[in-house]
Amino acid sequence: MSGIIGKKVGMTSIFDAEGKNIPCTVIEAGPCVVTQVRTVEKDGYAAVQLAYDEKKEKNTTASLKGHFEKAGTTPKRKLVEFKYFTEEKSLGDVVDVNLFLEGDYVDVVGTSKGKGFQGVVKRHGFSGVGMQTHGQHNRLRAPGSLGASSFPSRVFKGMRMAGRTGGSRVKIQNLQIVKVFAEQNLLVVSGSIPGAKGSYVLIEK
Amino acid sequence: MDLVKFVEEQVVEKKQLPAFKSGDTISVHYKIREGNKERIQVYQGVVIQRNSAGSTETFTVRKMSNGVGVERIFPVNSPNIDKIEVNNVGKVRRAKLFYLRELTGKAARIKSKRV
Repeated sequence: MSGIIGKKVGMTSIFDAEGKNIPCTVIEAGPCVVTQVRTVEKDGYAAVQLAYDEKKEKNTTASLKGHFEKAGTTPKRKLVEFKYFTEEKSLGDVVDVNLFLEGDYVDVVGTSKGKGFQGVVKRHGFSGVGMQTHGQHNRLRAPGSLGASSFPSRVFKGMRMAGRTGGSRVKIQNLQIVKVFAEQNLLVVSGSIPGAKGSYVLIEK
Repeated sequence: MDLVKFVEEQVVEKKQLPAFKSGDTISVHYKIREGNKERIQVYQGVVIQRNSAGSTETFTVRKMSNGVGVERIFPVNSPNIDKIEVNNVGKVRRAKLFYLRELTGKAARIKSKRV
C-alpha cells in the first residue's frame, strides 16, 4: 500500500470522453514529508510516517519540534502512518501527487460529517410506522418493538437504536482518479468522499 | 473554492452557444450514439430555467409531447450538444417559469418579444 494525506476542496462535475457528466471531488494532496520510517526489526512492523500541512513554529511543542528537525522539515499539522508502504522511503523524502496516475483506482479515508443525536429512521434507515392515521399521533418515526417478551427478558446487544450519528472514520473504496494536476498538488477523483470541505483525508493506493 | 474553479477551467471546455434565457423557444441539436452510429436528435421547447453558473450550468427545456409535458435538463457545456437554434424570444417577467407546468393549451403560450 502507498498513500498520501490531503484536504477536501469541494465538488464539481466534468465530462468524460463519451460526453457523460460525472460528479467529481477535488482534493488538495501533499506534498507530504517522511518524518519517520518504522522497520520490522526495530518496531515489529514496517510503516512510513507522513506529515502534511504547514503549522506555525510557536504553536509546536518542543518534542514535536525535535521530531520534525530530525527529518529536516518545518512543523506540520497532520501526521499519519501508512503501513507497508510500497515504495522505499527514507527520512525527509517528499511524497506528492505524482504517486498517482490518471485512471488509477484509490481508496479515500475521511471523517464523515457529524449529524448529532439522530433517530432510527435517519441513523439506520428504518421505515418508521408507515401510516399517519389509525392511531398514530406521535409515533411516525418510532423504532417499534425492541424484541420478544419474557424470553429473553432483555434487549439483545447491538440492537439498532437512536444515537450519535456521523463523525466516524469512513473509507470509500475504488474511486477512479480522473485528473492529476502536479503543479497545484490537486487530485480529481470521481464520486464523493466523506467529510466536510477542508477536512483531512487519506488517499490510499 | 478557487481551486474548484481552477479545475473546472482546465477540464471543462466552454461552449460557444447563442445567448438565450428563460421564456425563449429553442431547438437543441443533441448527439446520440447508438452502438457505433452517431445521429442528431432535435429537441424543441421553451426554456423554463437556467440553473447554476460556470462550468456546471444547466438549462431546462419544456415541451408538450402528445399531450404530456416533457422536461429535459441539458448541461450548457455538454459535448453532446451539437448546436442550439433560438426560434423565438419570449417576453416573460420572471427567471424561472415553473408556473407553465400548471398551464396547458392557450394559457401556456408566451408572448414573443419584438427583436
